[in-house]
Amino acid sequence: MSMDTLEHVAFRLPSNVTVSRVALDAEGWRRAADSMQQAGAGLLTLWGSDDRDRDGHFRIHAAYLARQRLWVIDHAMPTGTTVYPSLATLFPVADRLQRAVRDLLGMHADGGDGRPWLRHGGWPESVFPLRRDVDPAQAHAIESSAYPFVRVSGDGVHEIPVGPVHAGTIEPGHFRFSLVGEKVLRLEPRLGYTHKGVAKRFESMRLHDGHRLAARVCGDSTVAFGWAYCSALESMTATVVPPRAVTLRALALELERVANHLGDLGALGNDAGLAFGLTQFSALKERLLRRHAEAFGQRYLFDLVIPGGVSVDPQALALDALAAELASIERDVRELRTLYTDHAGLQDRLQGTGCVGQAQARALGALGLVARACGLEHDLRADMPWPPYDQLTPIVAACADGDVAARVKVRFAEALESLRLCRQWLGDMPTGEVCIELSETGPGQLGIGLIEGWRGPVMVALESGINGGIRRCHVHDPSWQNWLLLEWAVLNNIVADFPLINKSFNLSYSGHDG
Amino acid sequence: MFDILLRIQRTGSLSKTRPHAMKSATPDTLQAKLHKTYGRALCIRHVDAGSCNGCELEIQALGNPYYNLEGTGIHFVASPRHADLLLVTGPVSVNMEEALRRTYDAMPTPKWVIAVGDCAACGGIFGSSYASRGAVDNIIPVDVVVNGCPPSPTALLQAIVEVTASAPRSERA
Ligand code: SF4
Repeated sequence: MSMDTLEHVAFRLPSNVTVSRVALDAEGWRRAADSMQQAGAGLLTLWGSDDRDRDGHFRIHAAYLARQRLWVIDHAMPTGTTVYPSLATLFPVADRLQRAVRDLLGMHADGGDGRPWLRHGGWPESVFPLRRDVDPAQAHAIESSAYPFVRVSGDGVHEIPVGPVHAGTIEPGHFRFSLVGEKVLRLEPRLGYTHKGVAKRFESMRLHDGHRLAARVCGDSTVAFGWAYCSALESMTATVVPPRAVTLRALALELERVANHLGDLGALGNDAGLAFGLTQFSALKERLLRRHAEAFGQRYLFDLVIPGGVSVDPQALALDALAAELASIERDVRELRTLYTDHAGLQDRLQGTGCVGQAQARALGALGLVARACGLEHDLRADMPWPPYDQLTPIVAACADGDVAARVKVRFAEALESLRLCRQWLGDMPTGEVCIELSETGPGQLGIGLIEGWRGPVMVALESGINGGIRRCHVHDPSWQNWLLLEWAVLNNIVADFPLINKSFNLSYSGHDG
Repeated sequence: MFDILLRIQRTGSLSKTRPHAMKSATPDTLQAKLHKTYGRALCIRHVDAGSCNGCELEIQALGNPYYNLEGTGIHFVASPRHADLLLVTGPVSVNMEEALRRTYDAMPTPKWVIAVGDCAACGGIFGSSYASRGAVDNIIPVDVVVNGCPPSPTALLQAIVEVTASAPRSERA
């Protein structure tokens, strides 16, 4: 199944970007994966659906991210079967995605790791909660058993188990380090602790309410997920969002990016022993959040993006105050960038620490800012710009070094670039409506929303159900891919540098666990 | 180094502009209250029992120079064994239920628990399901609930002041 043949049989899916969809049999599924890999497209996500009530099949869907288009490949397993060809040998991230599909839907890849991923004993192995005939309210007693981590053996090798509860105010996950002395030989994470059944919950919601749940898949990326959900729904219903709402959404997305980068730049300074950095950047972030509250009534912009537009039309005065604050923050960020760059002690900790090479990053499927810090210049806002990025496109930040210092550099560059975009939009804000009504849609429609959040591409695949309900909704956070990069980045580093390396990635647990 | 010192001097003390809720509980009065109860500073441990990470951001904000929580003698500690107060965020996911119980059990008594955010209060938008046990109170005794999605740092400060004024449920039990 060459790319040309795929082009030929594909049809377009409603989306804010270009999405082509193809339905294939098992052999076609396998060959399409080969073609994608050869063409340099990466596996973005994998999800399953239980369509037995409709046509007797279980289906598996793969989304591949090519340079200027997203491909969705569907494969319906023959009636009565639950097995599909594994993608794990071609795309490393497929392994965990397949394990998650199995835990939730009981669909099996014909290869790869057999251990559970999201199921930690909270429901029996024989129960597949995302199947349609499983009652969403059904709870089970916990039957936990030990998780078989991969053991590293050899002279002097020892293990350090960390988590799920960590020392700071952060999300839960377990890390198993295998070390010799202080040197990390292997890091194996166990995730899924914050799995709270988001996909199943969607199925009891209305299409027009689902954005509220999407916005809470990962709270630090609420604008990105909210926008991705709304894009999927709006493209499905052929809704054209008013220009003022489009610009306000983009403004919010960039503000979210700036807020997160400010927070992380401070924390990175702190983890490298420069507490001054944390004090300064956390104060800048707080100033920004207060302006968010003034302009939009919400410090983190939860539920600002709603189907048809945005929920708040900010006052001109509040937007002026925001613009003035952003100008002042920009000056401070520039000054602090010079301080960070010139600080020999700080740079000594950042440079050469937690390094990932470009080839390795590509092989592991790196996404977003982590990929850009390894020299892979992908950014959806520039590669497949949706409005208003088609009018005002960011300059993609990149740095080929792949270490903590590179990720710091990219964050500085992206924060400043976002501030530039915000300045332009605030100086030329369209007037008019901020929200329009959506038309109804029939059942069985599939829409895709794809947004470059601050970590990287965030995707929502939304399928409408009967009577305005949601039949299936799959969300994807780029952390799925980037956890693999983190595991690679810590190898041969000393374990004491893990917090610093980890913070330079700052991956999402909740967005991954779902 | 000189640049850093200059910048520190120019930044000055931002906690002077502390929000209203904090003014009624100045560091002095807060500390006096804590002293009466504990004879020392208050130590807090946080557990994310399944949150979306929104509530964590606001708890982290308590440490910024505007709220300056550490300046009032309130510390976040790395181990539950050192903690007087537990902040719990999120609906309790089934995968975190055991870790939450064990963290709570590891704390010395008397101990307080604050359920932070709508999810911790009632399960929030996630509710109860095969994967979520809903409210924190379904798993461990809660003293004070702070609503909000996420609750503001000011609301969190108020709850901390409020909870330390009451006898913990762990003692009453
Ligand atoms: S209350 Fe809101 S911010 Fe807090 S964990 Fe729940 S959804 Fe996230």
